[in-house]
Amino acid sequence: MSEPILEMRNITKAFPGVKALQDVDLSVQPGEIHAICGENGAGKSTLMKVLSGVYPHGSYAGEIVFDGRPMSFGSINDSEAEGIVIIHQELALIPHLSVAENIFLGNERRGTGRFIDWNRANAEAAGLLAQVGLQENPVTPINQLGVGKQQLIEIAKALSKDVRLLILDEPTAALNDNDSEHLLGLIRELQGRGITSILISHKLGEIADIADRTTIIRDGQTIETIDMSDPTSTQDRIIRGMVGRDLSHRFPERTPQIGDEVLRVEDWTVYHPTQVGRVMVDSVNVNVRAGEVVGIAGLMGAGRTEFAMSLFGRTYGREITGRVLMHGREVSTATVSDAIRAGIAYATEDRKYYGLNLIEDIRRNISAAGLRQLSSRGWVNGNEELRVAEEYRASLNIKAPNVLTPVGQLSGGNQQKVVLSKWIYTDPEVLILDEPTRGIDVGAKYEIYTIVNRMVADGKAVLIISSELPELLGVCDRIYTLASGRITGELTAAEATQEDLMHLMTTEKELVS
Amino acid sequence: MTGIANVWELATRNMRQSGIAVAFVAIVALFSVLNSNFLSPGNITNIVLQYSYILILAIGMVLVIIGGHIDLSVGSLVALTGAVAAVVVIKGGQPWWVGVLAAIGVGLLAGAWQGFWVAYVGIPAFIVTLAGMLLFRGLTWVVLDSISLSPFGGTYYQIANGFQNGLLGGMGFDVFTLVIFAIAVVGYAVMQWRSRMAKLRYQQVVESLPLFVVKIVIVAAIVMWFAWQLAHSRGLPNVLILLAILIIGYSVIAQRSVFGRHIYAIGGNLHAAQLSGVKVKTVNFWVMANMGFLSAVAGIVYSSRMNGAQPGAGNMFELDAIAACFIGGAAVTGGVGRVTGAMIGGLIMAVMSNGMQLMGVDQSVQQVVKGLVLLLAVAFDVYNKKRAGVAR
Repeated sequence: MSEPILEMRNITKAFPGVKALQDVDLSVQPGEIHAICGENGAGKSTLMKVLSGVYPHGSYAGEIVFDGRPMSFGSINDSEAEGIVIIHQELALIPHLSVAENIFLGNERRGTGRFIDWNRANAEAAGLLAQVGLQENPVTPINQLGVGKQQLIEIAKALSKDVRLLILDEPTAALNDNDSEHLLGLIRELQGRGITSILISHKLGEIADIADRTTIIRDGQTIETIDMSDPTSTQDRIIRGMVGRDLSHRFPERTPQIGDEVLRVEDWTVYHPTQVGRVMVDSVNVNVRAGEVVGIAGLMGAGRTEFAMSLFGRTYGREITGRVLMHGREVSTATVSDAIRAGIAYATEDRKYYGLNLIEDIRRNISAAGLRQLSSRGWVNGNEELRVAEEYRASLNIKAPNVLTPVGQLSGGNQQKVVLSKWIYTDPEVLILDEPTRGIDVGAKYEIYTIVNRMVADGKAVLIISSELPELLGVCDRIYTLASGRITGELTAAEATQEDLMHLMTTEKELVS
Repeated sequence: MTGIANVWELATRNMRQSGIAVAFVAIVALFSVLNSNFLSPGNITNIVLQYSYILILAIGMVLVIIGGHIDLSVGSLVALTGAVAAVVVIKGGQPWWVGVLAAIGVGLLAGAWQGFWVAYVGIPAFIVTLAGMLLFRGLTWVVLDSISLSPFGGTYYQIANGFQNGLLGGMGFDVFTLVIFAIAVVGYAVMQWRSRMAKLRYQQVVESLPLFVVKIVIVAAIVMWFAWQLAHSRGLPNVLILLAILIIGYSVIAQRSVFGRHIYAIGGNLHAAQLSGVKVKTVNFWVMANMGFLSAVAGIVYSSRMNGAQPGAGNMFELDAIAACFIGGAAVTGGVGRVTGAMIGGLIMAVMSNGMQLMGVDQSVQQVVKGLVLLLAVAFDVYNKKRAGVAR
């Protein structure tokens, strides 16, 4: 093996009350794709922040050697000057600025004096876009591009800085399968050009595909670094390392006991809120029975979230038509309160934006949708509220010092459990879960599936929207496929395969368009 | 989770609230050392009377700010409602209560007007109330014909300048005032005890019994000392009774009512509130309408205290009320704040103005000091949040 391009030795980083990293070692070879795996809260992001200088030298213990020289970064600018560029999970692009302006933000292409040479900037941007396989006009505003393309523009931005070590924090979390594939291909291409990459991801399949080596971090400590070409480096082995236990089954067992129909949606059609005449959901018919877990599989843009949100208090779209029946009787879901009263609950895919009040504590987030049960004549019973919160904290295993902890301080998995608590407390007949395990770790996923199983065992119905096909196949009894706003298929989980589903999720799309 | 919290936990559990209370005590101590008249019965009565209308405005303002809005029109609305009362009572010769009802009616109408634009049309409150600031000021001139109206006299004058005293006699001090405060203290102790018992029933952390008793005794001592001072001056001001009712009422609404919770939810995360079934438009409407109502109450108190209405009344009141909220720990982004915090914030401003006036500090210096205090208070907030790792 050659000299490593990057070595981090004995990195220890403490926050008040917590030790986030303890004696972490990481060694990256030049030109390799190095994956980092670990549960949420394991310390991956903290380690990358130490590396990129977000946490300046002196705020941590240990040493960083890059290219054979010891480094002491005081800020992100210092690490970028060495060619270490980090692309965060939440994209750092300014929506109303153009592609070129975003690429050269903070690194503007100067002409004479202090003024920007726009011709040069746009021309160079076009070159960088070609390198990442995009054919966009550099003057297009960023917000007119999809998330997948935005991710590629982040990489173009990194290339503009003469990147040598590219760090990608969950780059594919928000991407559909096509875009993910394209992105991973690009990372491989960059590898061919000698650029080293560190990839943080929860998607183990992706890691198995692309990584040369994988370092597993658990509870702020390095567990091991494994060579992916070794035949024993299976996904199961990585999972074992991440959770410290054997997850022989990634999905908890359940014997379905399916009862009568609870929810039926007929001819549900929704138009785009601003673009006149654009149909987002097209005559959708679905039903869910008591004790049944039903999945909706669809690629991004297929209308999955649009369907769910238009159903739930018409919080999306306009000119909504169709019928909603609960236990065979038509109900109104015109407002969120109506929908809740009808027995429907909807846990959003974007928990930080739509799901939680991050500055508020666990207790008040859990009670937010169920204050009706906690109050009489408009007055809230604060003690009962606290009891309920404690009850859910215990039963859903929300890891926090107490229920007065602000939810903004929790990890993704625990935040998701707070969202679930909030909706389970409204005592719904049907629980709609939109991407319930996005961005959360393997252990927490298992817990979420267990909660779903508990719900249906109580005779509730659950509708899961997901783009992770193994997840749908693992938890659901029945799966609908959605493409371009239309239901294109209905399969029982027992007979369906990932290939079948993907086929139904894509073929119809081409037919329609 | 059951257990006994120690002093340190209690102090640090709510850093911001305890920090501001400590600052308040320190400022009071500072001025009482610098000026022997500061804590005299007459001056304490004065502080209450002089700043009551700002405190009344701050009660409504803190709810507006928690909801993520702002109201710049309250100063103008104070002037308008005072003017309406003056026209009805002084020009029209109507009894005092007709003037009060007219002012409150106008205040509610103005609040509903702004609530409509904010909640149902979706215009940011900053713009709506900036327009309201001009609009209501202009209307004040129209109503008053651009001249001052005075005097009110009679019962209307007594609202802000009257006292409840002598009802039970006294020996150089007012027994009635002491009795009222004693009842309040006993009520406070009983409430605290019942809340403690309820918490224990729900197996929550409470302070140890001796600490609990010490806390009650300290609060009782401060309150009774305050009462003693009032009793040695002119007795119990009517305004203080009004203020106490408003503070207690609105604190309970903010902390314990579903409506109050919804205000916090909207300010904390509008989208999440919407998807949790909060009727955002209705809540926003009533928050703004309520601000109009409280502006009218402040307008009545102010015009009564001034014994007349002037076209320029209430100028810059909005800024004092907003400053009181932010000093008292409300967050600029919404979702955070307390009525009691805003009251302490308002009192800090009041005590500083009054203390500096007593010492003969120049008006210009007073402005500079107030500006710096506001800045430092919010800076302290930001620093605390960073330390707690909440700020992003």
